[in-house]
Amino acid sequence: MNKPIRRMATFCLVLFTLLMLNATYLQYVQAESLNSDPKNRRVAIAAFSRDRGAILVGRNPVAESVPVDDQFKFQRTYPAPFKFGHITGYFSYFSQTGIEQTQNAILSGEDSRFFVTRLVDLIQNSAPQGGRVQLTVNQAAQDAAFEGLRALGEGVEGAVVALEPSTGRVLAMVSSPSYDPNRLASHDIAAVTAAYNELDQDPAKPLLNRGIQTTLPPGSTFKLVTAAAAIESGKYDADSMVPGGSDFDLPESTVTIPNHDGGNCGGDEISMTQALAVSCNYTFLSLANELGTEAMREQAEKFGFNERYLEDLPAQAVSRYPATLNAPQTAMSGIGQSDVTASPLQMAMVVSGIANGGELNRPYLVEEVQSPNFRTLDKTEPDVLGQAVSSSTARELTDMMVATVQSGTATAAQIPGVAVAGKTGTAQSSADRPPYAWFVSFAPADDPVVAVAVLVESSSFPREEIAGGRLGAPIAKSVMEAVIGP
Amino acid sequence: MSAPIGAPLSARSNSGGSPNTPGYLGFVHRQRRGAELFLVVLALAVGIGAYAAVGLGVQGEIPADILGYGGWLVALILAAHIVVRLTAPYADPVLLPVVAALNGLGLAVIHRLDLAYEAAGRPEHEFAQRQLIWMTLGVVLFIGTLVIIRDHRVLQRYTYSFFLLAIALLLLPMIPGLGTTINGARIWIQFAGFSFQPGEVAKVVLVIAFAGYLVVHRDALALAGRRVLFVDLPRGRDLGPIMVMWLLSLGILVFQRDLGSSLLFFGLFLVMLYVATERPGWLVVGGTLFALGAYAAYRAFGHVENRVNTWLDPMGYYDVQGGSFQIVESMFGMAWGGLIGRGFGNGSPERIPYAESDFIIGAIGEELGLTAVMAVILCYGLIVERGLRAALVCRDAFGKLVATGLSVTLALQVFVVIGGVTGLIPLTGLTTPFVSYGGSSLVANWVIIALLLRISDQARRPVPDLSNDTDTLLPDNESTQVVKL
Repeated sequence: MNKPIRRMATFCLVLFTLLMLNATYLQYVQAESLNSDPKNRRVAIAAFSRDRGAILVGRNPVAESVPVDDQFKFQRTYPAPFKFGHITGYFSYFSQTGIEQTQNAILSGEDSRFFVTRLVDLIQNSAPQGGRVQLTVNQAAQDAAFEGLRALGEGVEGAVVALEPSTGRVLAMVSSPSYDPNRLASHDIAAVTAAYNELDQDPAKPLLNRGIQTTLPPGSTFKLVTAAAAIESGKYDADSMVPGGSDFDLPESTVTIPNHDGGNCGGDEISMTQALAVSCNYTFLSLANELGTEAMREQAEKFGFNERYLEDLPAQAVSRYPATLNAPQTAMSGIGQSDVTASPLQMAMVVSGIANGGELNRPYLVEEVQSPNFRTLDKTEPDVLGQAVSSSTARELTDMMVATVQSGTATAAQIPGVAVAGKTGTAQSSADRPPYAWFVSFAPADDPVVAVAVLVESSSFPREEIAGGRLGAPIAKSVMEAVIGP
Repeated sequence: MSAPIGAPLSARSNSGGSPNTPGYLGFVHRQRRGAELFLVVLALAVGIGAYAAVGLGVQGEIPADILGYGGWLVALILAAHIVVRLTAPYADPVLLPVVAALNGLGLAVIHRLDLAYEAAGRPEHEFAQRQLIWMTLGVVLFIGTLVIIRDHRVLQRYTYSFFLLAIALLLLPMIPGLGTTINGARIWIQFAGFSFQPGEVAKVVLVIAFAGYLVVHRDALALAGRRVLFVDLPRGRDLGPIMVMWLLSLGILVFQRDLGSSLLFFGLFLVMLYVATERPGWLVVGGTLFALGAYAAYRAFGHVENRVNTWLDPMGYYDVQGGSFQIVESMFGMAWGGLIGRGFGNGSPERIPYAESDFIIGAIGEELGLTAVMAVILCYGLIVERGLRAALVCRDAFGKLVATGLSVTLALQVFVVIGGVTGLIPLTGLTTPFVSYGGSSLVANWVIIALLLRISDQARRPVPDLSNDTDTLLPDNESTQVVKL
């Protein structure tokens, strides 16, 4: 009987080997896909109950986890919810947004850089702690931007983005209306669902980060790009005489485009500096018409159009300079109309590039990531995206923008004792809506430390008062002042 | 049969016949009780250490009752060890420690689940306490078996009584008022507040009954028959018993809705038939019959079809009522545990329904990782291997068959339950031996180990010297010499 017994022994060996292979497959090979399965609440709950690291601005947390006595053990709280809600995002039972999403591996402590820390936790049997994320945001600039938008009244829709031109650090990013991420991070799951539905269905779209997710025609602020393309072409400089008529006849069309005030910009031939200072539509329509779609798009793309370059926040909307435009559309693009769209971040990039001698830096929000015990794990180094314009072109554009603030449409942005470079913009998307007000600027003009873009989408101001200078310039000014300091 | 019954096959390779060694074939097993004690201490360290780890992991401190609990565990296992020392000194030294380790680990994991259930506010969270009571009963029966049954061959006398007893046990749950249906399977009896699975006991009784029957009839089953396509097929008239078993298994499947037990009983019968007759033809015939029956059941019964569907596409039936929630949660848990596990207290094994019984491997996989799952599977492998070794060494056919039957039962049960939980085969309701919560299973498995120890003790014991060697004359040889003269 021993032969069949031996065979049964082999058979049992096969059975057990199959079991072990299958267990290995399940717990090792298949584990990753099972862990990322959306049905897997275990992973979600574990992530939700973790001692997540703080998100810091300066020394102050704008998001932190505090111990609570319930099944999730830690409550995520946002001490300055409305001011930083669009940057931090929210950390809810169901999902994450903002920095909470992009830096999740660090904040949750799952990043491979925490391997040693986790090993120690494992041996000490202590609950794993997440790492900390230090933001580039300048508290004073963020305050100024937030207060500035709020001062425009209840229900204002708009955004402010401020960058440090020499590095790409995001100094301020505010979107209005804002929301309270604390409501979405609550452990009361039913309340979270209700709050999310309410915010999601709100027509004012408070969850939208208008600084990076709203793209609208940039209007006259785009004239900087047109001017840049003109100077880069080699045929123009700041003092070149350019056409400054009153009604531009669009090519291949019977439509004529007037200037803002209906006048002729101060003469049929004016200097480029004056054209920018008075924001002469005629000049930039004709320049764009002359330069052509190709040159215009190339210049726009050098400033970051048609590209997604922000890595620290999810869902950056791409600003567009369309691939194909007919002649009238190309001319219209010269004044930031037709199908050209830009986000406030994109317009901040344009002025930041000009401010930085033409060199464009990738914008970033994460200054550094730290281990739970405050050790720096990684510090973000500036990343040059490219040379948008030559340094001489940048200098000429700066001079033109300084003139615009000194004596042109942007006088509201003047700061005593500081040379400010700026440009206003007002754009129309459809006739039945009030126009959008734009304002872009940087300062000090000779050694820029801050570049700002302000967009006011809708406010309670009457139509005739919505000029970029009047709504946007004071906000940009206070943000620049906050960065430059007293 | 290649060797006469009773010949100690283990000695074959050592049959030098050196005159200095005792035993007529020159090889004798050592008792190895010291080794068993050493392994028992290690096993107790596993059980008590795991209990302490649960306290540390879940509550942040070593449980206050660790001394009482540990003391009780030590007392139980040491008592078992001492009884083995006294009544089965030549028994296999590995079986008891491995079983002690598994049982200890199981208790700790069930205790861990109790704490999780309590935290989740579930009313039932005293499984570990009851399991300890069942374990105590199991060890008492283990001791009783070893003390009362001094020679396993006495069991052969009761072949048909055991067979009737097994059938009666299997039919018990069908009696109205006594049997209850839990989770769709009617395999439980409710008596005086206790629920019991008679099938678990029937398993042991059936193995003994089969062995007794096959020892007597194996020649007829083995030798008569035709040869078709290189396979020796049995005679029609010998098919009687196998048909009875087949119908019984299908009956369990149909009336008690228990796929696991059905597979287990029929599988164990087939294996014993094969081992007794040494004719693979039985496996072919039986396997075909079972496959046909199972396929018919798959087509005819919703619950079987459901099990197969959820096995083929677990994710697709996650949200379906009565679908794959349990197995998918277990898979998620095991994946979440990964290689080394989350650690006691850091997982959510309470998410798996019935984690303390059928799905305890899921709980182990989640909190102790693949490492522990491997260790547990290897422990079962050790038990099966040591059991089959006892069968190989055993000198009588009945003992061989019983040892093989019990070992293979255990192997099949482990394969069916762990394979089902990890998604290797369709899920069937069976307990993980020694680890899962479940009184009937635990008690029956302790008796299985007692029987295996008894058989291995008989097998490894030195043979009484009966050879007519001239050097060692028996006293009455002298008197016969007179007659010779």
